[in-house]
Amino acid sequence: MSAAVVHSLWTTAADPISKIGAPKIEYGQLSPTLIVVGAAVVGVLIEAFIPRRSRYYAQVFVSVVALAAAFAAVVALAADGYGTTKAHIAAMGAIAVDGPSLFLQGTILLAGLVGLFTFAERRLDPAAHGNRVDSFAAQASAVPGSDAEKAAVKAGFTTTEVFPLLLFAVAGMLIFPSANDLLTLFVALEVFSLPLYLLCALARRKRLMSQEAAVKYFLLGAFASAFTLFGIALLYGYAGSVSYATIAQVVEGNVPNVDPALANTMGNDALLLVGAAMVVMGLLFKVGAIPFHMWTPDVYQGAPTPVTGFMAAATKVAAFGALLRLLYVVLPGMRWDWRPVMWGVAILTMLGGAIVAITQTDIKRLLAYSSIAHAGFILAGVIATSKDGVSSVLFYLAAYSFVTIGAFAVVTLVRDAGGEATHLSKWAGLGRRSPLVAAVFAVFLLAFAGIPLTSGFAGKFAVFKAAAEGGAVPLVVIGVISSAVAAFFYIRVIVLMFFSEPRPEGPTVAVPSPLTMTAIGVGVAVTVVLGVAPQYFLDLANQAGVFVR
Amino acid sequence: MSFPLLTATAVLPALGAVATAAVPAARRTAAKWLALVASLATFVLAIAVLVRFDPDGARYQLTESHAWISAFGVRYELGVDGIGVALVALTALLIPFVILAGWHDADPLETGSRRWRPTQGFFALILAVEAMVIISFEATDVFLFYIFFEAMLIPLYFLIGGFGDRAHEHGEETAATQRSYAAVKFLLYNLAGGLIMLAAVIGLYVVAGNFSLAEIAQARANGSLHMATSTERWLFLGFFFAFAVKAPLWPLHTWLPNAMGEATAPVAVLITAVVDKVGTFAMLRFCLQLFPEASKWATPVILVLALISILYGALLAVGQRDIKRLVAYASISHFGFIIMGIFAMTSQGQSGATLYMVNHGISTAALLLVAGFLISRRGSRLIADYGGVQKVAPVLAGTFLIGGLATLSLPGLAPFVSEFLVLVGTFTRHPAIGIIATFGIVLAALYTLVLYQRTMTGPVKPQVSAMPDLRVRELVVVAPLIVLLIFLGVYPKPVADIVNPAVKQTMSDVHQTDPKPEVEAAK
Repeated sequence: MSAAVVHSLWTTAADPISKIGAPKIEYGQLSPTLIVVGAAVVGVLIEAFIPRRSRYYAQVFVSVVALAAAFAAVVALAADGYGTTKAHIAAMGAIAVDGPSLFLQGTILLAGLVGLFTFAERRLDPAAHGNRVDSFAAQASAVPGSDAEKAAVKAGFTTTEVFPLLLFAVAGMLIFPSANDLLTLFVALEVFSLPLYLLCALARRKRLMSQEAAVKYFLLGAFASAFTLFGIALLYGYAGSVSYATIAQVVEGNVPNVDPALANTMGNDALLLVGAAMVVMGLLFKVGAIPFHMWTPDVYQGAPTPVTGFMAAATKVAAFGALLRLLYVVLPGMRWDWRPVMWGVAILTMLGGAIVAITQTDIKRLLAYSSIAHAGFILAGVIATSKDGVSSVLFYLAAYSFVTIGAFAVVTLVRDAGGEATHLSKWAGLGRRSPLVAAVFAVFLLAFAGIPLTSGFAGKFAVFKAAAEGGAVPLVVIGVISSAVAAFFYIRVIVLMFFSEPRPEGPTVAVPSPLTMTAIGVGVAVTVVLGVAPQYFLDLANQAGVFVR
Repeated sequence: MSFPLLTATAVLPALGAVATAAVPAARRTAAKWLALVASLATFVLAIAVLVRFDPDGARYQLTESHAWISAFGVRYELGVDGIGVALVALTALLIPFVILAGWHDADPLETGSRRWRPTQGFFALILAVEAMVIISFEATDVFLFYIFFEAMLIPLYFLIGGFGDRAHEHGEETAATQRSYAAVKFLLYNLAGGLIMLAAVIGLYVVAGNFSLAEIAQARANGSLHMATSTERWLFLGFFFAFAVKAPLWPLHTWLPNAMGEATAPVAVLITAVVDKVGTFAMLRFCLQLFPEASKWATPVILVLALISILYGALLAVGQRDIKRLVAYASISHFGFIIMGIFAMTSQGQSGATLYMVNHGISTAALLLVAGFLISRRGSRLIADYGGVQKVAPVLAGTFLIGGLATLSLPGLAPFVSEFLVLVGTFTRHPAIGIIATFGIVLAALYTLVLYQRTMTGPVKPQVSAMPDLRVRELVVVAPLIVLLIFLGVYPKPVADIVNPAVKQTMSDVHQTDPKPEVEAAK
């Protein structure tokens, strides 16, 4: 037998590979993400090639320009009609360019920009050995308390890597809510999670706590990612595809062509239910919904405060965007299955977050539990399963993210010898010492509490209205009850600031640079404008409230 | 487009608040004068509203309507009926007195940084409350009303928690603790009420599709908007709960004695004479108009609760040792009368209730402000610390007596007319409740006269012996209020004429006619 014949015993000749078509990528429509990724890569190169003393300025410049340019690109795309009439699926079915995508991308970019200002703040910490320093560790690799750390501090090192890390995280967040297949979703999840794990570990002070927070976040986040990935595998087994559109079709019962390799699993509802539950679980972890919230207080407390602010705002926006798309585009066919579960999660999250927050004594932990309660309110809008539900969630996210960044920026200002004074008892009498800072923080707290004439009220009203119209009246009632509970601890902080006598050894309020002032100023402005005249933004969210399928 | 008079009545104090808050720390006195001028100018505008208002004209007058948040179906809609006009005028009338009476209440102690400006804050907050109260009396859009109904809690909260009596019988530290307790209790009660109402407001939107009071009431009247009985009742309860907390009605009243006890006398006047009226006003305007059937359904329970308020408030007032808490419990008793008058569903009852709101505002202001002058002289709120004041400060004692007699509804003083009307109105439909409520008057005589006797008569206590009589500023505050009390007691027609047509309208909203007198019915 000739070799060829022998060979043919166990192989068959395939059709000759005629041509692999080059994928068609709409660069213009993906430009916001591409700009940010490109700038992040430039940032890495800056770290490698630019002398240490100029890195900070180069990094800040590149990051600001990139985020601003990406935002301009989003606005241009939206103005071009990609949010409404020209909405479609780009990049070979991987990315959806539609209203919710663009709205959330715009929000994330602005939140990233404002967050970047707080990252770049260098006037709060006293200068170490003549060098202005920021909130980040001098040298992340130096063991806390070691000689290497002291040397790094003395040499005036700063971790300018935070800027490219921030940009990578933003890039992942831009893709996350617009991902249109499960693999892109997963890649985006990891792209924004990994930089965040790192950023959490980089606090200049209380480094052990910061590293502990990062490890907790990483371990739990890795679990959540594993769940998501397993869920994706099961959904693939169920639908024979990772594409949102195909899965949605299979869920609705029209199986296009059964893949022979998956003949035994396709259309198996057990796979669908378990798979969908696991993917949703991963997303609920990222938004910090109960019972997947355990990481939130520790990570919020341990991470450097600018990172906490950015993470609390932008991660929530991105993750809720992805959750909305998953539930509204992929799984609307099984809403009768997921709605009761989400009801339970929303109720637990609203009540749990509000009740546990009452006993907190650390301002960052308190804000962490408050963010959990807010995740519950947003879930009430998600459950509405209507166009109003989408737009109300979009509006709420935009309103919430600026209040959050502003509030955490104020937290960075209140300092004593050990750095930020986050224990609540130290905030006593702040209103007497620094009326302006206390008043600004009070505005943010009132917005969190949802008092009328602040953005928090407009957002809360929007999601509760959508939920009530969607028939979830009990959810609305529980929502207002937990709002009342939540009001208690926001008010408690105001009482402490204004009605308690200042402590003799109390903290001082640092005078920030224009960067942090801008972050806080933007927060106040958005809070008031969205509270008093929300019409324009509600319209915007309403126009953006339609997903492309 | 005509001049937006109603908007101006709210914008002016709001601007005054901003301007007052912006006065530099050293120019305290300028801030006070600025606030006083702003409140007087608002009063002039309120008079203009009163003059332009035609009692026999359209139901809502001086209306304004602009698009606001169309995504929620919310419009900026203002308009006043007779009841609204009377209460706007009452508010604008009382605020200058509140400011004048509190002239020195917020002078800073030596603590705090240079940027700490309590005086400016105090007067700015009072004006802010005035602006929000006035706009809630004028709003004819449920959402607009709700926003200011809730938002006014924040400045009030700072007024209660941030400013207390200068001298306190238990020392400054205890005083601060009690103050912040009172402020938090006030806020949580009212916020909880407001949030329950928020659920009902959302529910109303889901049912009706917009927030316009006129549109919804019309749609309900002509049958184009059908509400299931249970839906209407739930929504009614949501609204009523918030108003009952604000008013306050037993058993939701417990925040009031704390808040009034700890706040300075002018702020206590602001709470009980002005802000709480928003609650009773809103029952008339929103509960009865939007949910007539549910209002009738709930009447028996509400009347009983009002009755309990009347008697319980009066009984507890008798037992108080603290002057301001005594007035607070007396107010709870009076709010019981007002709510009873509203839900008696007779035109006398509702006219009486509306008059009662105005008269109670004036009489409580008179009594409480004089009490405040008394307390600031001696540095104690306890009744037992006083005695024989009338020998030392006869004018103070005399004005205190007139305020007290007004509170117990002595014939010839304004509150008598309204209390009489409320009782008559209740008696014609619910004789038993009317009769029992009358005992409230007896108790009122008891707590007022005992208060007067213990503080003003008897041997002069040593700490009181050097007490100065009323100063000019204080006389300027008290005298006009007493003149008004006597004038409206003898000649209540001007107010009644404004109020009566609006009450008739409200009666027809709930499809109620006055019960015929027995004799006529027998024919």
